[in-house]
Amino acid sequence: MTRIVNVSRRSMLKGAGGFGALVLGARIVGRPMINAAVAATSVGTGAFEPNVFVSLDTDGSVAIVCHRSEMGQGVRTGLPQIVADEMEADWSRVSVWQAPGDPSRYKYKDNQNTDGSRSIRHHFTIMREMGAQARDLLERAAARQWGVDRGDVYARDHRVHHTGSGRSLGFGELAQAAAELEPAGGDGAPRLKDPSEWKYIGRDLPIVDLYDMTTGGATYGADVRLPGMKIAVVARCPVYRGRAKTFDATEALEVPGVEQVIEIPPLGDRPAEFRPLGGVAVIGANTWSVMQGRGKLKIDWEPGPNESHDTDTYESQLIESARAGGHVIRERGEPDGAFAGAAKVHEADYYVPYFIHTPMEPPVAVVDATRTPVRIWAATQAPNETRQYVAEALGIDQADVACNVTLLGGAFGRKSKPDFAAEAAILSKRVGAPVRMQWTREDEIQQGYYHACCAQNLKAAVDDSGKVTAWRQSAAYPSLMTLWEPERNVGSSLENGLGLVDMPYNAVPNIRIENGEARAHLRIGWYRSVNNIQHAFAMNCFVNELAETTGRDHVELLLELIGEPTNLDLTADGVEDYFNYGDPIADWPIMTGRLSNVLRVAADKSGWGKSLPRGHGLGIACHRSFHSYVATAVHVAVQDDGNFSIPQVDVAVDCGRYVNPDRVRSQMEGATVYGNTVARHGRITTKQGAVEQSNFHDYPISRISDAPLDVRVHIVEDYTDHRPCGVGEPGVPPFAPALANALYQASGKRIRRLPIDTAELART
Amino acid sequence: MIELKVNGVRRAYYGDPNMPLLWYLRDEIGLAGTKYGCGVGLCGACIVHVGDSARQSCLTTVADAAGQEVTTIEGLHPDGNHPVQRAWRQHDVPQCGFCQTGQIMQAAALLAENPNPSDEEIVEGMSGAVCRCGTYQRILAAVKTAAEEV
Repeated sequence: MTRIVNVSRRSMLKGAGGFGALVLGARIVGRPMINAAVAATSVGTGAFEPNVFVSLDTDGSVAIVCHRSEMGQGVRTGLPQIVADEMEADWSRVSVWQAPGDPSRYKYKDNQNTDGSRSIRHHFTIMREMGAQARDLLERAAARQWGVDRGDVYARDHRVHHTGSGRSLGFGELAQAAAELEPAGGDGAPRLKDPSEWKYIGRDLPIVDLYDMTTGGATYGADVRLPGMKIAVVARCPVYRGRAKTFDATEALEVPGVEQVIEIPPLGDRPAEFRPLGGVAVIGANTWSVMQGRGKLKIDWEPGPNESHDTDTYESQLIESARAGGHVIRERGEPDGAFAGAAKVHEADYYVPYFIHTPMEPPVAVVDATRTPVRIWAATQAPNETRQYVAEALGIDQADVACNVTLLGGAFGRKSKPDFAAEAAILSKRVGAPVRMQWTREDEIQQGYYHACCAQNLKAAVDDSGKVTAWRQSAAYPSLMTLWEPERNVGSSLENGLGLVDMPYNAVPNIRIENGEARAHLRIGWYRSVNNIQHAFAMNCFVNELAETTGRDHVELLLELIGEPTNLDLTADGVEDYFNYGDPIADWPIMTGRLSNVLRVAADKSGWGKSLPRGHGLGIACHRSFHSYVATAVHVAVQDDGNFSIPQVDVAVDCGRYVNPDRVRSQMEGATVYGNTVARHGRITTKQGAVEQSNFHDYPISRISDAPLDVRVHIVEDYTDHRPCGVGEPGVPPFAPALANALYQASGKRIRRLPIDTAELART
Repeated sequence: MIELKVNGVRRAYYGDPNMPLLWYLRDEIGLAGTKYGCGVGLCGACIVHVGDSARQSCLTTVADAAGQEVTTIEGLHPDGNHPVQRAWRQHDVPQCGFCQTGQIMQAAALLAENPNPSDEEIVEGMSGAVCRCGTYQRILAAVKTAAEEV
């Protein structure tokens, strides 16, 4: 049990967090607590603050803090929904406040870095405890006021009732009395509700920002305006780790509205981490002027050590490296012997290219470094890492940096890397005014943190009866750990833990999983679902190949390979450092039965086995990631010219206990479209070290005209008494292989490389 | 000097006539509901109405809008209850929400021109507006709901 303090008893904490109590003016029930005009801070003004997440006023209004970043997953609704339920608060009287970065208040089991699909699964119990504690104090306050037994009072719907007399008091009326009580701990800790008593958990609630998002009132990073604020854009070297040798700003400075041109020092030899790349900044009064000014800079770039990076040759190198392997990360049985004695060996290479995030809102941050504390307003997934890198850039203590979190216009991993906020801080300090650092779409695509391209070699041994007796899978990819260890040339347990080393075909008696070597020539960074994308793609497509090779039904073969329901024990295969998404394997085991279960549901819902018209195909794939189990079935209709449509998709998801089913469905719908971009559009290439794509014309993302528009999400209820699992990411990985398998059935063309080239699907 | 009307308010502008309407709205008069997503007319996050038609405000200069009525998301309906906005809420369309103001402006213009669009016409009409969260199936449903009311 988390130790929870009654904050209202500790008045010295009021207004803490580095901002002072500036929130009163914006405290209107039903309005989101993101306001550009004032520094948003944590709750600290209510009469009763049982803990840092809950504030109750004497008028009965409740504010609940959301300490994780909203980027479309619905966290500003989901987390407060849990608190309100346990508190017995009336949701219509709850407003949600966005927490600033503040580990002293908001670090419990987890930090505030919103990635890894962790928000619900790491905070479900804590949020319940926060709500229950508030309820308990209110109940005890009422019992004391009435002089009745604690056991005879209960909270319901924003009031506390006495069973004997029928008396009741509103939450607001009890706020001051509750503020005087000590929270119960240990054995006396408040009871959590039985799931049968829940009224919000497990129910659809509309997202709290819905009205603002549909009226233009929602505040994103670029919407923050401060008095005297300047706008900046930066010209960065097209090649990673390059630098400006010389530059001429004469013409840029002639553009009306451009005020200054300032150099940001290059990265040099330091690890990239989340540091600015360096470059030449143009600063002025408005965005249009500085964009024009940047276009008029004359810069002589020194491209540096990555000038020779060319994806055409790099791809071939990765394929060779994957074949060679060499770094064994899991081994079971005697794969060499099994391959030597096989009736048939089937082998294939798979390749997935670099991707870039393309959130609709490019990275943006506003920083005022002219005063202490330095204040940041950023569309950031990671407010404390944002404080850290801003502090480093300014050479000051992190305690002197405060970070407010705006809404994020999409993020997908990009916005947990706050280089853009550090740029803003450097420039704000230099110009002596608040600065909005605006990344353009071109910057976002060309200067990003790229999803690792990856080659994989898969090999299976099959015996006379068609049984798979050995499985070899080897992946070569540049590691995202090179952000910290630039010389690293092999994958990490984190990345290998994303669906590779935990390959779920447990019935295969001989297994070898390996890494080949690769060096990084771009900044590599996590992207929604991360390496799961390529691992799920390769293994699910390869099983489809094996089904054909052995003359088996794909689903039947998959179920056979997954085997009997069990908790997969990777240590038995020599894996000592399995990542498991940062969580104990005892709490979130790899349950192969849950994978088979979602597979059966998706097959059933999609009408697996039904006869299809010519040119149609039904494909399926399943994958565990972020502890959730997802199977996706894709129905395609391919035209003679190779173009295709996707009339229906069925997604079966087992995410354990869930909070807001509508947001689970919306995440699966969105992940399917995200997967559609991965499968059909995404590809970053480089020539002479520089990224070749620049905007949505050459880096297209899925539009309504090519997106699946009939995605049927089936939330599997069999394991809802298990811990919550991730929802934001697990829907992505199965889509591309399910689509590729469907296209194979429809067209007879194997897809082993993304993005899918429709020309190759044309009937010849 | 350029005169135009934005959400019914008469405005005079003395700056660079080639400034895109997007940046005029956002930086000069503080209407932040119109979003920057690509700057080259490929994403639709910046869609506004100029007169009755949907325009990408990143490709429309202030000079292009001279003498015209510009409507942004903030001016679509006095209470934010245009049938399209209500339908968006009924279907819980937004995820991150960033592109949705452009989507709504596009949909409102589409329905004003064609009150009974087929699914194919909705898809075609909405195909210039990108949503990275992938809310398209709800957008389609919401436009159909709104069409029943328009």
